[in-house]
Amino acid sequence: MSRAEASSRAEASSRAQASARAEETRRANPLWTLGLFRSELLTTFRRWRTLALLGVLAAVPVLVGVAVKIETGDGSTAGGPGGGGPAFISQITNNGLFLVFTALAATLPFFLPMAVGVVAGDALAGEANAGTLRYLLVAPAGRSRLLLTKYATVLAFCLAATLVVAVSALAVGALLFPLGDLTTISGTRIGFGEGLVRALLIALVVAASLTGVAALGLFVSTLTNSGIAAMATTVGLLTTVQILDQIPQLSALHPYFFSHYWLSFADLMREPVHWEGLTRNLGLQALYAAVFGSAAWARFTTKDITA
Amino acid sequence: MGEASATGPDTAGARPDPVDAGDGVVVTRALTKRYRGGQLAVDGLDLTVPAGSVFGFLGPNGSGKTTTIRMLMGLIEPTSGTAHVLGRPMPRSARAVLPRVGALIEGPAPYGFLSGRDNLLRYDAADPTADPRTRRARVAAALDRVGLTAAAGKKAKAYSLGMKQRLGLAAALLRPRRLLVLDEPTNGLDPQGMREIRTLVRELASDGTTVFLSSHLLDEIEQVCTHAAVMARGRLITQGAVADLAAGARGRLVVTTPDTGDAARVLKEQGVADVVVAEDRVTGEVPGRDLAEVNAALVTAGVRVRGLGVERASLEDAFVALTGEGFDVAG
Repeated sequence: MSRAEASSRAEASSRAQASARAEETRRANPLWTLGLFRSELLTTFRRWRTLALLGVLAAVPVLVGVAVKIETGDGSTAGGPGGGGPAFISQITNNGLFLVFTALAATLPFFLPMAVGVVAGDALAGEANAGTLRYLLVAPAGRSRLLLTKYATVLAFCLAATLVVAVSALAVGALLFPLGDLTTISGTRIGFGEGLVRALLIALVVAASLTGVAALGLFVSTLTNSGIAAMATTVGLLTTVQILDQIPQLSALHPYFFSHYWLSFADLMREPVHWEGLTRNLGLQALYAAVFGSAAWARFTTKDITA
Repeated sequence: MGEASATGPDTAGARPDPVDAGDGVVVTRALTKRYRGGQLAVDGLDLTVPAGSVFGFLGPNGSGKTTTIRMLMGLIEPTSGTAHVLGRPMPRSARAVLPRVGALIEGPAPYGFLSGRDNLLRYDAADPTADPRTRRARVAAALDRVGLTAAAGKKAKAYSLGMKQRLGLAAALLRPRRLLVLDEPTNGLDPQGMREIRTLVRELASDGTTVFLSSHLLDEIEQVCTHAAVMARGRLITQGAVADLAAGARGRLVVTTPDTGDAARVLKEQGVADVVVAEDRVTGEVPGRDLAEVNAALVTAGVRVRGLGVERASLEDAFVALTGEGFDVAG
């Protein structure tokens, strides 16, 4: 067989193959690809565990509100003369809106990041544990796409969790305490509408403060096939960092702890707003998201899926 | 049939020519996986699954079947060697190949807190090439095909193992596929369910879908498969058409007689090869000529024949002959 013959035959067969393939080419529609995100949201928010976490978060403002109401029933101010307790707690009796800030300040150090750590830690490890990960990947979900979807869903949970705290606090505050104009930390007065806007802004900043933990949890989630182990590790890391952040001898490291600038959200209640801590916080969260997001991607896209 | 034993099926020892990846639906060349612990799970596998075949993938537990399937599905990166599925390299082309492949790997894994229907909706949504407009209809059709329509609204954690297995199959059938990879599909099913699955596999195969079926049940492979491969301890022992494989340990002529010496001599004269005498049985390869003539020759020579017949060999005999061990021994 001459070379020309061979090449023409090869060409013909490759053409036949190409046309056969073209007939059944299945293209990924860019809109259809969002179907996984929708499915992921539905799956996450339909789980009892997610609902239980949100329920606990919703209960915190109720507890704080009721406690303040009882304590100040005799006319004294909440938080005592020393001004202890979470930020803004002494102002709640004057204005229920402050319960939003107090509740966020009370849940941000532990309850909120713990809930995010549970959801993020379980994101991939839980699927691996249940065996569903292999079926998602042969569907094929695509590893990068699945990882991005998981991260987007955890971020959606960060926002949902924060809003649950804020809305619950607003409802309890409106129910138990008067509403109206409020005094900022700087002593100026702003209207109730402006106050609501600030409250929403603060909720968004608090949600954004959790993106670092979310990326960290997702990275841990790529390391193991046990959802419980990933959740425990993430929550353990969170607690460790919080403790280290309290040790003065480690002050050189403090600016690199993801939780270090968390409470800077209170600066949104100043007039004018102090942006320094806020931007440092958001920058640090972006750094954590980039570093641990890349690590998670590097790990997950090359990992042997044996579960 | 006389030639079949001469050519025989391919053995792992003989290097096949490099084959164009377009020839088979699944083609692996020197596919090898060594896990981090140093354990060699799959060792130089050369597998070719012809298009349109029902391909049985046999081997005891721990022989490397599942590792091979995971490499074919892009879940595990091979240590060396290549794997082509539908003519494309894996795992590189996973996103182009896998929408046309349905798979049931190492048992079903539904989300327990979702209903059977919602499980399928989720798996279908994971495929970016699946049209969401036809999703509900396709899910309903898949549920119907495996007989789960009545239980579609129940939470999957309430399903029996057999129902979960059916749900897994339904997920593999959400769209028309060119290749179905079914790892132990009848596990946990009752005999009626097993029959249904076999019927389903035959139906799919007659539609032109290639079915890659791993099983440890030899009679199951024998009943539904056109081709088969046998693995043991990570190596491919043999592969080929099921008829040829069984022919490798083809039926033997068995003559039961007290006059074994004479019988053996006559049988050799009659052109029977590989004559073996054991107690009162003389066995040999089935000759090409009519067995009635062989019998007449025996009787003419004064051999007292108690019985004469052909014992059919099963795939199990072939397997034992190839591996030299029982099938259920872990590798």
